[in-house]
Amino acid sequence: MSEASEPRLPEEIREAIDALRPRYPTEEALLLPALHMAQRHWDGWLPDEAIAAVAHELNLTPAKVYGVVTFYDLYHQNPVGRHRLRVCTNLPCALRGAEEVLDSLRSHLQVDEDEVTADGKCSFVHFECLGACEQAPMMMVDDDYHAHLTPESVRRIVEELD
Amino acid sequence: MAFEPVLLRNVGKPGVRQVAGYREAGGYKGLEKALGMEPDAVIEEVKASGLRGRGGAGFPAGLKWSFIPKGNDKPKYLVCNADESEPGTFKDRILMEQDPQQLIEGCAICCWAVSANTCYIYIRGEYVEQAEILEEAIRDAYANGILGDDVMGSGFKLDMYVHRGAGAYICGEETGMLESLEGRRGQPRIKPPFPAVVGAFGCPTVINNVETLCNVPHILERGADWYKSIGTDERNTGPKLYCVSGHVEKPGTYEFPIGVTMNQLIDTCGGMWRGAKLKAFIPGGASAAILPAKHADLPLDFDQLAKAGSMLGSAAVIVMDENTDIVRAVHRLAKFFNHESCGQCTPCREGTNWSELVLKKILAGKGNPGDAELILRICRNMGGTTLCALADAAVGPLRSLVQNFPEEIAAWIDNGGAGAEPRRYFAEEVLV
Ligand SMILES: Cc1cc2nc3c(=O)[nH]c(=O)nc-3n(C[C@H](O)[C@H](O)[C@H](O)COP(=O)(O)O)c2cc1C
Ligand code: SF4
Ligand code: FES
Repeated sequence: MSEASEPRLPEEIREAIDALRPRYPTEEALLLPALHMAQRHWDGWLPDEAIAAVAHELNLTPAKVYGVVTFYDLYHQNPVGRHRLRVCTNLPCALRGAEEVLDSLRSHLQVDEDEVTADGKCSFVHFECLGACEQAPMMMVDDDYHAHLTPESVRRIVEELD
Repeated sequence: MAFEPVLLRNVGKPGVRQVAGYREAGGYKGLEKALGMEPDAVIEEVKASGLRGRGGAGFPAGLKWSFIPKGNDKPKYLVCNADESEPGTFKDRILMEQDPQQLIEGCAICCWAVSANTCYIYIRGEYVEQAEILEEAIRDAYANGILGDDVMGSGFKLDMYVHRGAGAYICGEETGMLESLEGRRGQPRIKPPFPAVVGAFGCPTVINNVETLCNVPHILERGADWYKSIGTDERNTGPKLYCVSGHVEKPGTYEFPIGVTMNQLIDTCGGMWRGAKLKAFIPGGASAAILPAKHADLPLDFDQLAKAGSMLGSAAVIVMDENTDIVRAVHRLAKFFNHESCGQCTPCREGTNWSELVLKKILAGKGNPGDAELILRICRNMGGTTLCALADAAVGPLRSLVQNFPEEIAAWIDNGGAGAEPRRYFAEEVLV
């Protein structure tokens, strides 16, 4: 492969990464922040080219970056919906009906976990405790928390997404 | 005398997110006082207060700080643990979003005490809003001379950065967190060396929980004696946040002198959900042994809970009513630990997997009479045999299921699940 066709990060992400460099004594420490930025740029997931671009930017091997990506639940290696739903089903949420919320969402969206709806709008997963158990049952829609869900309200929330 | 909230005193006053508003509410007096003291004297004051870590293990904070070697041959770091992933725990979120300057002040005092010029706040990746609030508060602290080259005119230099995680419970374990901060998989390190000697980037590092650090400004401002006067005894001092979730009317974060009882918490939360009876509770997050209702009058502090075979942990109090199936509850927690085991240690990787499978089998109505003993055997293999305490954490709920609720597991095994039919996690009314 020629130099020119190798995947590179867009300029604005490279600048944002450069702005963080003084914060850390090593370049490797920029990996998690860089992956967050790359994932935002690549529509919520990290295709191979994104991983290669991040690896190149931080002078790491792609294998090392893959290792990190696969370790963390918030990084995705497959396409996701325009909106990502994470339904907490850990015990405090389960005690308040989280499984029923998840079932309702699944039958409403007519896809299974980690699949994308036909219109590309949504994908969902069950998730471990999101640190908001007083709002149980709850879920995250993209970066936002939604509290006190019911099997009905979860469908309404999905309907209202663009 | 009624207890006045200390850590939560600024809740619901958005103005305190800025330095000016926080100062108006009485903030930054602790840091001012600390900067006028020798660093060692600050450590002594925190030691004298009896403050114990609020992240789970209850280690004395002042003692931990005193382990940082003196001298300037290497940079020193503070890493604030804001990973908050222990199921049932949501207090650090409240502290960061309601009163971020309080945390910045606590971090700054710690840094002064141990001569650290850099502080990272490692916040779980899901707390996007809280990370933004913190970033904003830190920017304002720089603009007001609280952070930067000359902290409050003292000549002390301090930089503070927010570092976002990416979704992994194990990054709450202190050395897993350091690996993650350094850009790697969050797999815990072998100890020793302890982080106080070889921590972040190979340098001496203090790791403290958000709530622990939020206590520090008050200790400096009002003194160790005042602090010690709150709590059950000299080993259990200060105010404490209890995160109450599950079957109570008003779940939430409540502040009490350390040592409140389950019954008092239930009252504060407006009683049990829909008037049902208490069956069991977890006093300290998913890693703590589940206690039956008869312990509801026990002071929830470090030592009394340890004596009862459980632990205060992160003080995440998960309340379960009479309709709760404890086997299902423990299965859910076992599934969590299986998902979160980093896989480095065989007893943890295998034990968390097998414990989930055995419970799943029991819940499918296919349990065998020896399964309770089998669970205990898995626990014996996991406990104390691994690199980090995740395996011990996984043992907490498992062992308590067999020891404290033998009849629950027997009901599933004897009747192949038939006797367990009306049991559930929750009250059915939630569905309407
Ligand atoms: C598996 C595991 C997960 C942990 N998760 C957290 C956490 O989310 N937040 C936290 O403050 N401490 C957590 N801890 C405890 C930390 O390792 C460490 O003891 C703590 O941050 C020290 O701070 P403290 O002394 O102020 O409590 C965890 C420990 C283990 C073994
Ligand atoms: S005990 Fe479990 S989580 Fe901890 S290091 Fe070992 S395998 Fe990883
Ligand atoms: S269990 Fe759902 S947010 Fe904690």
